[in-house]
Amino acid sequence: MLIGVPTETYAGEKRVALTPETAGHIMKLGHTLCVQSGAGLSANIADELYTDAGVEVLPDAQAVYDKAELIMKVRAPAQDSAIGDEVAMLRSGTALVSFIWPAQNEDLMKALADRNVTVLAMDSVPRMSRAQKMDALSSMANIGGYRAVVEAANQFGRFFTGQITAAGKVPPAKVLVIGAGVAGLAAIGAARGMGAIVRAFDTRPEAAEQVESMGAEFLMLDFKEDEDGAGEGGYAKVMSKEFIDAEMALFREQAKEVDIIITTALIPGRPAPELITTDMVESMKPGSVIVDLAAEQGGNCKLTRANEVIKHGEVTLIGYTDLPSRMAAQSSQLYGTNLRHLLADLTPEKDGVINVNMDDEVIRGATVIKDGEITWPPPPPKLSAAPKAAPKPVAAPEVTEVKTGGIGGSLIAAAVAAVALLLVGSVAPADFMSHFTVFVLACFVGYQVVWSVTPALHTPLMSVTNAISGIIVVGALLQISSSSGLVVFLAALATLIASINIAGGFLVTQRMLKMFRK
Amino acid sequence: MNQGMVTAAYIIAAILFILSLAGLSKQETARRGNQAGIAGMAIAVLATIIGDGVSSYGILLVTVGIGGAIGAWLAKRVEMTQMPELVAILHSFVGLAAVLVGFASYLTPESHLVGTERTIHDVEIYLGILIGALTFTGSVVAFGKLSGRVGSKPLILPNRHALNIGIGVACLILLFVFLGTAPDAAAEHAGKGMGTFLLIIMTLLAFAFGVHMVMAIGGADMPVVISMLNSYSGWAAAATGFMLSNDLLIVVGALVGSSGAILSYIMCRAMNRKFLSVIMGGWGDAPKSGGADGAEEEQGEVISINADEVAELCKNADSVVIVPGYGMAVAHAQHPVSELTQQLRAAGINIRFAIHPVAGRMPGHMNVLLAEANVPYDLVLEMDEINEDLSDTDVVIVIGANDIVNPSAMENPNSPIAGMPVLEVWKAKTVIVSKRSMATGYAGVENPLFFRENTRMLFGDAKDSVNGVLANL
Repeated sequence: MLIGVPTETYAGEKRVALTPETAGHIMKLGHTLCVQSGAGLSANIADELYTDAGVEVLPDAQAVYDKAELIMKVRAPAQDSAIGDEVAMLRSGTALVSFIWPAQNEDLMKALADRNVTVLAMDSVPRMSRAQKMDALSSMANIGGYRAVVEAANQFGRFFTGQITAAGKVPPAKVLVIGAGVAGLAAIGAARGMGAIVRAFDTRPEAAEQVESMGAEFLMLDFKEDEDGAGEGGYAKVMSKEFIDAEMALFREQAKEVDIIITTALIPGRPAPELITTDMVESMKPGSVIVDLAAEQGGNCKLTRANEVIKHGEVTLIGYTDLPSRMAAQSSQLYGTNLRHLLADLTPEKDGVINVNMDDEVIRGATVIKDGEITWPPPPPKLSAAPKAAPKPVAAPEVTEVKTGGIGGSLIAAAVAAVALLLVGSVAPADFMSHFTVFVLACFVGYQVVWSVTPALHTPLMSVTNAISGIIVVGALLQISSSSGLVVFLAALATLIASINIAGGFLVTQRMLKMFRK
Repeated sequence: MNQGMVTAAYIIAAILFILSLAGLSKQETARRGNQAGIAGMAIAVLATIIGDGVSSYGILLVTVGIGGAIGAWLAKRVEMTQMPELVAILHSFVGLAAVLVGFASYLTPESHLVGTERTIHDVEIYLGILIGALTFTGSVVAFGKLSGRVGSKPLILPNRHALNIGIGVACLILLFVFLGTAPDAAAEHAGKGMGTFLLIIMTLLAFAFGVHMVMAIGGADMPVVISMLNSYSGWAAAATGFMLSNDLLIVVGALVGSSGAILSYIMCRAMNRKFLSVIMGGWGDAPKSGGADGAEEEQGEVISINADEVAELCKNADSVVIVPGYGMAVAHAQHPVSELTQQLRAAGINIRFAIHPVAGRMPGHMNVLLAEANVPYDLVLEMDEINEDLSDTDVVIVIGANDIVNPSAMENPNSPIAGMPVLEVWKAKTVIVSKRSMATGYAGVENPLFFRENTRMLFGDAKDSVNGVLANL
């Protein structure tokens, strides 16, 4: 199938849905590719690099839309873009893969459905382990989190790391990250990497472990009831009033202390919760910075303005919504890889034929319009991204006791054995009893000695006992000088095979033991 | 050399054998243990040859020479993956030797025992041949199963328990008939022919019993079978010792017999099964259906993974645990696995091995294979040593193992393997299962591990898969 990638038209959007690297992978699936001239320029990918990778470079968007059967984009198509109505340019019967945000963009969905196309929304890929490789939201959030720290550092007038220099002591910056999702964790990692002291908060208790694994301190909420903030699909959910009050008290206290606040709190399909109030901003130290990653959804702080950097008193508020686009090369590469994984799932036979298999849970989730019919929202996913509390394993039954009964049982057994021994002793000749003594004692010696053998040596133990049991050769040797020819023959044969045993057993043990080394 | 000196030499040999087994309890002393065994054997054989009553040195040298050469050749040639087969066939030799020595002892014209002593002697001969015979055929069948010459599926004959009991009763009746053939010295020569005939019948019955017993036991129960046969070969030697009134044989036979019995017991405990039920063959009759029902609920989607993603996972992990199984032995994958270990170790990743007691086809099988491939033994841990660490492990790679990592052993009380101690690999962050297909393991139980959310299936031959991962590292 011919897959086309037009230049992004959204103002300031620098990402591109295809890189030369992902192009190679996609072509391996049997597809051919074309790209609009200049599509990758803002992500530092010149047309020649595409040509080198085997991608056809077309002069303008119209050519791409006219030719391609599947369009890959970053942003959703705009009906009022600089080059006209992108939706109208989609030919009937073709397919589109891009971010769509179907819940927020009802009109767009209707317009797309009218074009009789199939649309896969990268934002609707279900959050399951299998779909992680195509989870563009996560890969973009990762970049956003990192970039948030970079932007904050840009506005912040001090080092992140504490230093003691000849010119005086610099305290380390204190960073508070609210919301430990993918973006939050990436922000923690970046801030830690720059040497800051990082604290983080999340309503989902399971985030604590992840936060601590990134080297940040997880702020515990002084809250009695055990409320779990994990909603469906591993996202956060709306919390109770009491919880929010406790949470706000915590932030109010932290705001006075920290230098940088990075908020990433989002609840799917709702305006961002307000976490940082105006009085908290005003209580912060002069020169502090707030990066509000939720600016697009209204912001976790009321004062932030989307796409702007403003000053409220001495505090800088950053409300950029295009953080991934600000690292276009990196985000194009990750987004392109997400796309190519999705294409790999769409092309199971690797024969260049796209199969929108609605029985596949991942593809079903991502497909928001199928042949002009709106198929969004999908049925709820079966699996949650965060594993549910593992079912408590049933306590393994006690190892089966070989000896049945308690002390009484073994006493009886011992008594029976003793009586049996006495019975044998009463009839057997003295000679037999002396051999029997040796036998019983040897059994006990063997028992004591072998119990302590480490399991790793069980095979050598076996081959050595095997060799030792070749001692039966002694029996054969004692008979080999018999006067009866038949006995001599039998004994000779026995000697032969027992010798095989002795030599084979000892030598192979030796060989094995030589291999064991520390 | 008089009899006293021979006995003294035997005492030294017996002590050396005990030291040999004791030495094998730790890697550090294992080689010395083996040398002690060799020394003990040399002393015992030399003392016997030099002692009274041995004069046919010509035959002796020839037979010992040929036997020794064959043994040395076998030991040199055998591949480590074939160890179970070699051990099985060596057991059969001990069994056969015991049978031959038993017959020879019965036919020896020099014996002039009377009364109770004679009866006891006859019982000893009878038992020695019986145990030897069933060790012989049992080991031969085990060898066949392990080397693939005989199908590893359990052969379940109708009324097999009745058949076993029948053979047992027949052997017991024959014993009494046999004891009646030579009531006193006067009738000895007349009775000997009849006695030999009865012994041969009994030997054939015991042969059949040995075949039937091992045929009914499936491939994955082989660790128990091998150690059981090891034990039998010891008892056969001990019975021979009684028959010949030779204390050294008794001591050594008892040592080997009890060591094999303990190994069998350890193996059975590792599978949470009773020794008898293993020996009776199959997985018993009842639980199969119940287990299948329980397992089906857990089925779901399997997530497959390819070699480069595995390599990526390993590179980013702090700790990796490899769980080898029989599949690794079949695919001869131990060398690539060792290579993988070295590379990951060089990258500073904490890599270890987790060995289940019944992994493979004989006790300690996996340890030997890993040792062959130069995996340092301090990286190779037992189930009990590592189970607790698995929850802190980033990546667990299961190579050709199935039942020993099956969570239903702990979670599904209806499962046929319920209660069997298993490696709790599913507690790790990610589990990669290298497997040819979705086929069930030996126990025929579905493995819910494959459907877990943190499990990735790496389908294909174990060796190819591991090589693929290596290529991507």
